[in-house]
Amino acid sequence: MRTLTELSPASAKARADQQGRNKGDGPLARETSDIARQGAPGTTRAHESAVKHVTGRAAYIDDLQAPADALHVALGLSPVAHGRLTRLDLEKVKSAPGVVDVITIVDVPGHTDIGPVFPGDPIFADDEISYVGQCLFAVAAESHQAARRAVTLASVEIDERPASLDPVAAAEREEFVRPTHVQQSGDWQAALSGAAHVIESEQFVGGQEHFYLEGQACLVQPTEDEGVIVHTSNQHPSETQKLVAEVLDIPFHAVTVEMRRMGGGFGGKETQASPWACIAAIIARRTGRTTRVRLPRAEDMRATGKRHPFHNRYQLGFDAQGVLQGGDITVIGDCGYSPDLSEAIVDRAMFHADNAYSLGSARVTGHRAKTHTASNTAFRGFGGPQGMMIIEAAMDDIARRLGQDPLTIRKRNLYRAGRDVTHYGQPVEQLGLLHDLIAQLEQSSDYWARREAVVAHNARNPIIKKGLALTPVKFGISFTAKHLNQAGALLHVYTDGSVMINHGGTEMGQGLHTKVCQVVARELGLDLEQVRISATRTDKVPNTSPTAASSGADLNGQAARDACLTLKARLFDFAAEHFGADRGGLDREGMRLEAGALIAGSGEAERRIPWGELVQAAYLSRISLSEKGFYSTPLIHYDRETAKGRPFYYYAFGAAVAEVSVDTLSGEYLVDRVDILHDVGDSLNPAIDIGQVEGGFIQGMGWLTSEELKWNDAGRLVSDGPATYKIPAFGDLPPVFNVELMQGHPNSQASIYRSKAVGEPPFMLGMAVWSALRDALSSLVDYREAPRLDTPATPERVLMAAEALRQRTLASQEAHHAPA
Amino acid sequence: MIDFYLNGKRQRCNDVPADTSILELLRTRLGQTGTKEGCASGDCGACTVAIGEPGDDGALRYAAANGCITPAHQLDGCHLVTVEGLARGDALHPAQAAMVECHGSQCGFCTPGIVMSLFTLHEEQRRTPTPLSQQRLEEVLGGNLCRCTGYRPIRDAALSMNDYPDTHPLWADDPDLASNVAQLRSAKASATRGGHYVAPRDLAALRKLKAERPEARLVAGATDLWLETTQQLKALDDLIDVRQVAELNAIEETPQGWWIGAAVTYSRLEPLFETHFPAFAHLLHRFASKQIRNRGTLGGNVANASPIGDSPPVLLALDARVSLDGPDGERELPLSDFFLDYKQTALGANEFIRAIFMPRPDEAQNLKVWKLSKRREDDISAVLGAFAWRLDDGVMRDVRLAFGGMAAIPKRAAAAEAILEGQAPDDTTFADARAALAQDFQPMSDVRGSAEYRQVAASNLLERLRLMIDADRHATPQQEVTLHAYAH
Ligand SMILES: Cc1cc2nc3c(=O)[nH]c(=O)nc-3n(C[C@H](O)[C@H](O)[C@H](O)COP(=O)(O)OP(=O)(O)OC[C@H]3O[C@@H](n4cnc5c(N)ncnc54)[C@H](O)[C@@H]3O)c2cc1C
Ligand code: FES
Ligand code: FES
Repeated sequence: MRTLTELSPASAKARADQQGRNKGDGPLARETSDIARQGAPGTTRAHESAVKHVTGRAAYIDDLQAPADALHVALGLSPVAHGRLTRLDLEKVKSAPGVVDVITIVDVPGHTDIGPVFPGDPIFADDEISYVGQCLFAVAAESHQAARRAVTLASVEIDERPASLDPVAAAEREEFVRPTHVQQSGDWQAALSGAAHVIESEQFVGGQEHFYLEGQACLVQPTEDEGVIVHTSNQHPSETQKLVAEVLDIPFHAVTVEMRRMGGGFGGKETQASPWACIAAIIARRTGRTTRVRLPRAEDMRATGKRHPFHNRYQLGFDAQGVLQGGDITVIGDCGYSPDLSEAIVDRAMFHADNAYSLGSARVTGHRAKTHTASNTAFRGFGGPQGMMIIEAAMDDIARRLGQDPLTIRKRNLYRAGRDVTHYGQPVEQLGLLHDLIAQLEQSSDYWARREAVVAHNARNPIIKKGLALTPVKFGISFTAKHLNQAGALLHVYTDGSVMINHGGTEMGQGLHTKVCQVVARELGLDLEQVRISATRTDKVPNTSPTAASSGADLNGQAARDACLTLKARLFDFAAEHFGADRGGLDREGMRLEAGALIAGSGEAERRIPWGELVQAAYLSRISLSEKGFYSTPLIHYDRETAKGRPFYYYAFGAAVAEVSVDTLSGEYLVDRVDILHDVGDSLNPAIDIGQVEGGFIQGMGWLTSEELKWNDAGRLVSDGPATYKIPAFGDLPPVFNVELMQGHPNSQASIYRSKAVGEPPFMLGMAVWSALRDALSSLVDYREAPRLDTPATPERVLMAAEALRQRTLASQEAHHAPA
Repeated sequence: MIDFYLNGKRQRCNDVPADTSILELLRTRLGQTGTKEGCASGDCGACTVAIGEPGDDGALRYAAANGCITPAHQLDGCHLVTVEGLARGDALHPAQAAMVECHGSQCGFCTPGIVMSLFTLHEEQRRTPTPLSQQRLEEVLGGNLCRCTGYRPIRDAALSMNDYPDTHPLWADDPDLASNVAQLRSAKASATRGGHYVAPRDLAALRKLKAERPEARLVAGATDLWLETTQQLKALDDLIDVRQVAELNAIEETPQGWWIGAAVTYSRLEPLFETHFPAFAHLLHRFASKQIRNRGTLGGNVANASPIGDSPPVLLALDARVSLDGPDGERELPLSDFFLDYKQTALGANEFIRAIFMPRPDEAQNLKVWKLSKRREDDISAVLGAFAWRLDDGVMRDVRLAFGGMAAIPKRAAAAEAILEGQAPDDTTFADARAALAQDFQPMSDVRGSAEYRQVAASNLLERLRLMIDADRHATPQQEVTLHAYAH
C-alpha cells in the first residue's frame, strides 16, 4: 500500500482506490471469501471510535460525568531538585476556600513506595527531595481552580543540596539506579587491535517528552465496601490496581481499574499513570467522595519522567571495505532519580546498539545513571532508538573516513549469512527480507540519482546544502521481561448473536481494539459491526501486562483468537450432533464459521446454519457461549549471567530515505522528501499500520530535531509546555512523503496471522532525517568528515556544527597558506 | 450576563466570573465536553472552537479560536460553534466524514480541534473556493498539534473534504440565525454592561472607564493576558475589553501611511500587509497560529512589550509611531521611545494604546524580516531580524536594523546601522557591521537559545542580507540564500 503525496484533491480518492487494490492481499487473508465486508484482518477498517472522535462523543477521563460533589485534586510539587524537606506547613492550604482535604505521606494507609518494578518511588516525598516536580502533598477541593490556588499557599522549607544533573559525572561516581550490565561477543580487543581502521567518538542523545495530548488523568469512585473503582488514562491497569490496593492496604479484588481509551500514551502512561490514581484513591476513601485528578500541562511535564537522554561512546574497528570487525560501546542512560523501568530500557538500548548491522566481536556496556530529575520511563522504542543512534552515527563516520557513500557502508555491514548472530547471541532471521527491503527502497526512492543531484546542488550553492540518507531499522519484538509476554481475553456471545470481546490490552489510538475486533470477526465469520469491544477492566481480564513493547495486537490478538478457537470447537461439537440429528448429524470435519453462518460439508452436501440460529440453539441446549482465551509467547529467553539468549520472538524491519535542505547560515532546515518501506509481515489492517508508520516516523523525527528538553542549572525543567517544547506541527510533514508496507514477507514466526508489531519500530525511521542533516553539513568539508551532531539537532545545533566546520576549513586553509 | 448562540441555540449565562474561558464555560458549566483541553496555553489547538460574527454582508463568518484562552465574555453577541454542533443527526459534516475516511484520528484527542479548524476552512471554501496550497493548509492547521498521526491523513482530509456531500449542520437551516445574532449585538450597544467584565463601545467610554477603574486590566485578544490566569493562576477579576471600541478597531489610511487601531486583529491586517508590507505579511504566516491571529492584536503585542514579540522589531524597522490615549488626552511618540526596559513602557498608568502608525513605504524602501525559531510554525522567535534600507546610487540609506531576542527590549542595532549608513553594501562594510553587533547586543541564554547562538545567528542574518542585496544588484542567477519556505 502506498500513500499518495501530491497536493491534489484527487489524492484521497486515488488513495481509496489504491487501498481497494490492497485489500486482503496477505496470503492468509485470502483464505476467507468476503473479507472486505467482514472487516477481517488484512483489510483496511476505520478506527472503532473514529465517528466518536470526530463528533466529540468519545469520552476521555475528564469528560466522564461525576456526581456534583466530586472533588478535584491539585498537587504540591517540589520546587527544588535535591535536599531535605525540613518543614511543610499546610495550615493555610487547609483553610483556603473550597478545600476539603489535604494529604501527605503520613496519610497513606498502606505502602508508601509505589515503585513499579523496583522500589524507589515514594508516593509523596518523606524527607528526601529528589527532583523538581516531586509530589509533596495533595489538595482536594470543590473545584479544580480552588485546589490549584490552595496549593500555592503552602509553606515549604527545603534544605537544598547540590543537584546531580550530569549522567556522565554520575556514572563516573558510580551513582547508578541499577547495576551495570555487559554483553560481549568474541574477542573485541583483538578485533580492535587487528582492524585496519578505528573510529572513536561520543554522542549525546536527547530525551523526549511524551506530550500525549490528553494529560495524566483519573477519576476514582469509592465503592460500598472498602474498595474503589478507578477510571484512568493508563497503559497498565493491572499494575495500577496492585499499587492502589497496596497503598490503601486492601486486597486487589477490592480495586477495579477501568480504561476505555487514552488520548495518547506512547509509554508515558505505563508506570507514570499510577501515582495519581493512588493519590485520588486515598482521598476518595477518606472523604467517601468521587475524586478526580487532572494534571495541568506544565505540572504533567515536570512531575513525570520522559524518554531517557543517553550519553554514548564508541570505539569501533573496521576493515578497508568499511566492514565492522568489532569494538567497544558504552551507553549511559540518564535514569533520573529512581529505577522505574530503567533496567529494561538500558538493556534494550544495548540490544539495539547493532541496529541492522553485525558488530563483529563487540562489548556493549550499559550504565543506569542516577540524577536528580523525574524518573525517566518508557517511551516508544524503550531505549532502542537511543542505542541505534550509536551505530548509525558510526556508519556515517566510517563512510567519511573511507570516502564512500554512507549507503554503501550501511549495506556492507547489514546482517548477512555468516554474520547473522547478534552480540547477545540471537540469530537474525528473515535476512532476505532485510536485504530486499533496502534494495527495493533504494530503487523506489531513486537514491543514487538523487545522490548525484544533491552533490551537484551542493557544488553550486555555498549556503543552502542538501543532504540525503537511508537508514534501516531492525527492532526486536517482545518484552525483555519474559513474564510480561502473556495475555488474556474474555469472549461473550449473546443470544442475539452479538459478540463482546474484552482483553487486557489498552487502546491509546494505535487501533488495537479495531485489530482485535477484526480477529474475532474473522474467527467467527461475522461482520465487524457484530463484534464490540468494551473498556479494559481488571475485573474482566485479570493480571494483565502493560500495553507496551508494541506487543498489544501480538499478545491480545492471539488471546482473543484462542478464546474464539475454544468456543468454536465447542459450537462445532454441538452443531455436529444437534443439527441434522435425524440424518446422522453434520460433518464435524471441515466445519467452519464464515459469512455469518456455520458451514458444514461442501458442494451438494453443504449445510449452512445462520449464526443467529446456531447461537439460539446452543443457548437452549445449555451450551456456554462465553470463553476466555490465553496466550504466552513461545521461544523467548535471556540469561543475564551470560548475557546471551533469544530475548525477541522476531524482528521487525524497515527503512527510510530522507532528503533535507539546510541553511548553513541560520541552521534552519526543511525535510523535503521522505520515502519509507516498512515491514509489518502480513498486515492486520493496512490503514492502521500505515498510520503507525507515519505517526511513528514524525514522532521520531521530532525527537531528533525540534523537541528539546532543557533544564536550568538548578534542575528545573524550563521547557515545560508546548510554548517552549516543540513537537512537530502540520508544516513539518514532508511535502513528499511516500510510505509503503513491504509486501510478500509474512512473519517467519507464527504470530497472529503472520503479522508483525508496528507500534514502536517506525519511530526509529526518523534517524534518516538526522543522518541527512549530517550529510548536508558534511558537504561543507567536501564529505571528508562527519561532524558531531548531538540531538535534538535544533537549528541552533545545526548552525553551531556548520560554524565549527567552517572555522576548521578556514584554519586549515590558513595553515596551508602559511609560509613554511 | 453572557448572551450568545451555541450551535444555533440561544444561551444566557449569568454570573460568569470575568476570568472564565470559553473552554471552562463549555466543559464545566454547559456540560459540553467535546471540546478538549490539551495545554490551556493556546499552543495545541485541542480546544479549537469557531466563533461566528456577522460580516459586512450580514452573513455570519466563522473564525477559529482557542477556547482555552479566549474569555467567555467575548462570546457575548456571537454564534459559537463547537464539535458537537456540526453533524446533522447521524450525517457527518464533510470535515468529519473526511477525517473518518482518511483515518485522520488515532487517539482522537486532538480531533475535535482539527475538525473545527477544518470546519472554518470548509466555510471559507463555500464562500470563495480557492486552491488549497500547502501554505493555505499550514495556515489553517498550523495551530492544531497531533501527536499520533503525523498529519498526513489530516492533510488528505483537508484536501478531500469538498468531495463529500455538503451536509449542513441543523442550525444552518435557521434563516434567522444571522439576524438574531446581529440583533443581540445591537441590543447590547445601548445597554451598559456592568460587573467585572466591561466592553465599552467607543473611545469616550473607554477613557471614562480608564479614569474610574485605573486598576482594571485591559484585554484585547487575551492571547497574552489569559496565560496569567491559566498558567500563573492569577485572578483576572476586573477587566476592560477594548475589542469593541470603534476607534480602536479602525484602519485609517492617510497619504503618509496607516493608523492601525490597537484592537485590530492580525487576521484583519493580512490584506493590507500583503499589499504594502509583504515581508510583514510573510512573518504573519509564521506568527502564532490562525486561532491566535484571529484574536490577537498589534496593540496587544506592542503593549505586552516582550523582547521576543515579533511585530515590534518590524515596526521599529519601519519607523512606526504609537498613539497613546487616556483620560488626560492623547499623545504620540516614536515607537523606539516606547520600550524602556524589560517589559517597561512609556505607557502611563491610566493610558492605553489607541493606534499604531505605519509610514507608507516609498518605492525604494526595502524590508526583510527573518524569524529564527526551533519550529517553523507557531513558535516564538529565538532571534528576529527586521531590516529596512534603500539603495541610493549604490549606497545604503535610511538603514534601520531592528532585532528581537537580543536584548531586554526589542531594539535597533545603533552601532551596526551607523556603519552601514551611507556605505556601499560590500563585504568589508558588512563585516564591520557584523562585528559591531557585539557592541549593540549582549543577548542572554534561555530555553530558546544560547547567547552564543543568538550572537552568531544575528550576525549571520546580516550576512544573509548582504548576499541578498548582492544577488539583486548584480542580477546574478539567484543563488539560493534562504530556504524556499522562508523566502519572501
Ligand atoms: C500560542 C501562542 C503563540 C504566540 N505566538 C506569538 C508569535 O509568534 N509572535 C509574537 O509576537 N507573539 C506571539 N504570541 C503572543 C500574543 O499572541 C501576541 O503578543 C498578541 O499580539 C497579543 O495581543 P492580544 O490582543 O491578544 O493581547 P492581550 O493578551 O489582550 O493583551 C496583552 C497585554 O497588552 C495589554 N493591552 C491590550 N490592549 C491594549 C491597549 N490597547 N493599550 C494598552 N494595553 C493593552 C493587556 O492589558 C495585556 O497586558 C503568542 C501567544 C500564544 C498564546
Ligand atoms: S488547550 Fe491547547 S490550545 Fe487550548
Ligand atoms: S490523534 Fe492523537 S493527538 Fe491526534
